[in-house]
Amino acid sequence: MTLTELPIGKDARVVAVNGEGRVTRRLLEMGVIPGVSVQKIKMAPFGDPVEIRVRGYSLAMRRTESDAIEVSV
Amino acid sequence: MKDNGQNSHLTIALAGNPNAGKTTLFNSLTGLKQKVANYPGVTVERKEGAWTLDGKTANLIDLPGLYSLDATSLDEQIASDIIRGDQESVPKPDAIIAVVDATNLERNLYLVTQMFEFGVPVVIALTMIDVFEKQGHEIDIEMLAAQLKTPVVAVNAKSGRGTEELAEKVSSVIGTTPVIPYEYKQEDPNSGPHGKIFARYNFIANVVQESVWHSDHQSHRITDKIDRVLTHKFFGLVILVAILLLVFQTIFSWASLPMDLLEKGFGSVGDFVKAEMPPGMLTDLLVDGIIAGVGGVVVFLPQILLLFLFISLLEDSGYMARAAFLLDKLMSRVGLHGKAFLPLISSFACAIPGIMATRTIESRRDRFATIMIAPFMSCSARLPVYTLMIGAFFGGKYVLGFVSVGALLMLIMYSIGIVVAIIVAAILKRTLLKAPPPPFLMELPPYRLPNLRTVLQNMITRAWLFLKRAGTVILAISIILWALMYFPRSSQESVVSSQQSTRTGSLPYEGVVAPFSGNGVVHSSELPLPESEQLKNSFAGKLGHAIEPVIRPLGFDWKIGMALIASFAAREVLVSTLSIIYNVGKDENEESQTLIEAVRDARTEDGKPAWTPLTALTLMVFFVLAMQCMSTIAVVRRETNSWSWPLFMTAYMTALAYVAALITYQGGKALGFE
Repeated sequence: MTLTELPIGKDARVVAVNGEGRVTRRLLEMGVIPGVSVQKIKMAPFGDPVEIRVRGYSLAMRRTESDAIEVSV
Repeated sequence: MKDNGQNSHLTIALAGNPNAGKTTLFNSLTGLKQKVANYPGVTVERKEGAWTLDGKTANLIDLPGLYSLDATSLDEQIASDIIRGDQESVPKPDAIIAVVDATNLERNLYLVTQMFEFGVPVVIALTMIDVFEKQGHEIDIEMLAAQLKTPVVAVNAKSGRGTEELAEKVSSVIGTTPVIPYEYKQEDPNSGPHGKIFARYNFIANVVQESVWHSDHQSHRITDKIDRVLTHKFFGLVILVAILLLVFQTIFSWASLPMDLLEKGFGSVGDFVKAEMPPGMLTDLLVDGIIAGVGGVVVFLPQILLLFLFISLLEDSGYMARAAFLLDKLMSRVGLHGKAFLPLISSFACAIPGIMATRTIESRRDRFATIMIAPFMSCSARLPVYTLMIGAFFGGKYVLGFVSVGALLMLIMYSIGIVVAIIVAAILKRTLLKAPPPPFLMELPPYRLPNLRTVLQNMITRAWLFLKRAGTVILAISIILWALMYFPRSSQESVVSSQQSTRTGSLPYEGVVAPFSGNGVVHSSELPLPESEQLKNSFAGKLGHAIEPVIRPLGFDWKIGMALIASFAAREVLVSTLSIIYNVGKDENEESQTLIEAVRDARTEDGKPAWTPLTALTLMVFFVLAMQCMSTIAVVRRETNSWSWPLFMTAYMTALAYVAALITYQGGKALGFE
């Protein structure tokens, strides 16, 4: 499943970061790489963006970014 | 900063992730000896200061906050250029101080692994260790340095701990070549396009495993507790609105006391000069041109200082990212970043600090789109204009028995500005500033108590930049506008002839023969003219006549045209100019009954009222949309680092204002209003 589909509060492991180009590269550089564990913390009031915890810090991303991240629980 | 190369032999770059404590360390190392400018041709801020190192003075360059050196953004491009020695205005650094946040070690070290590849020696300044240890974790600094094969110094910018050791370590590495401490084989078939990123993070994972002991006890972070309220779906929004209200209230009304004082201060300086100096052109230039012009700029200082106080507090505490998180969905609908919200809200008080506040938006296109629409927010300078128009033509009227027409019109004016801003932003983001949506990846940093010194330094820097850059341009424009209203000087005689020629119906501005001093004819009286007569015969008056054919369809006569021209200096100038034109004395304000009556009674040359409620409404609509503020233009020039953006802004806003005013007036007439 994608990170977008992961329920709030759940931990998961990143399987793949799909896509090419800037967004993907930036996600990887921020430490969201396959194998790393992430936790979905919360959604913003209007449903987007979403806050995740990765490598000990909090990262907010829009749905377009979280759609590209494949995770397994 | 031309002396970089000559006087200081060392150039040290300070680099690190945003929120790693880089600014605090920079301030603590350089004290007040810092300079802020832009890198040539771009809007990336260049901050540098002197740092005494081993008896020598080094030039410490504060690079923009970075997550990576791979040049996906302008900041990263500039930073990697500097480290590589490709930025012409900066000598290649002799060493890099990498600021690393101990509480966020893995991601902070990623940037460091990239730095090793540039061949410049690196010293790591480890910050926030006290916080990290308080969380129950332990870090072995020697082990960390051994693993990274580069010196690591624990620093605490607030107490000054570690700064001496940092200087020693930096001195010792200068001239050495860093060792890239991890292996990466390009030919590895499994690595893919991002193999290097994986290799760096794998190395970092090992380093952290060797040198950090994480406490098992997952203490609930304070930040998480605060966030449960501050980014709560309901309370989060309520608190955000309350904070914005407070900011708005502060710059809107609390700033008015110091602003009034400044205004009065400049007024009395002007009066003093006027009283002490012999009457004449020089005195007039000094008083009405320079002192009034500069005063008109300096008066914005309290608003700028207060807004930047709030922005620094909100940024440094970590709240700004939360506000952007809460509002991003709303703002992204019009193609803007969540962080555009505060600059836009601030623009309701004054677009100048608002535009300066867009610096918090990283993406250039998002930032420029925000700058371009900020002046549509009805600022406090428009209020006197609205107040005068409403007072003169809509005062004391009600609809539905209880809704005051004045309040309704105010609401409409504010709404027009917002709606047009949204439309323009959407258009700009699809045309001129079109770009694939930038990746929205925003760190939500842990909440921290803002550092008072950083906050103050930021306020002072902003205020100084505003005074320095905007001040020069504004001074020049003030003098030009003053000259337009001052020249040519006319005597009593020529005024009569000009008025007669105006009445005969020839082209009015041809008829105004206003030589500098009465053609050498000896006049019975060389007394100075009443200000209103002088103004009518000035270049500004002629310009008013010249633009009359253009503004006629808006229902404006040439006198209003003249006031409009003057108001391009600053919107509220309309009120004082109208006072001069209608001869009620320029010290009348927008609530003055004399001025209100003068406006109501004003007649055009054919004896019809110069103003009707419809003209007043048209003027208000024009003021909502037109770019009439030289200070804003000067600030946009600085913030976009080009003249084309402010000129484009002035042109499109004024064109929009004209069209909207035309629709209002002609539409109103067609509907039978007067």
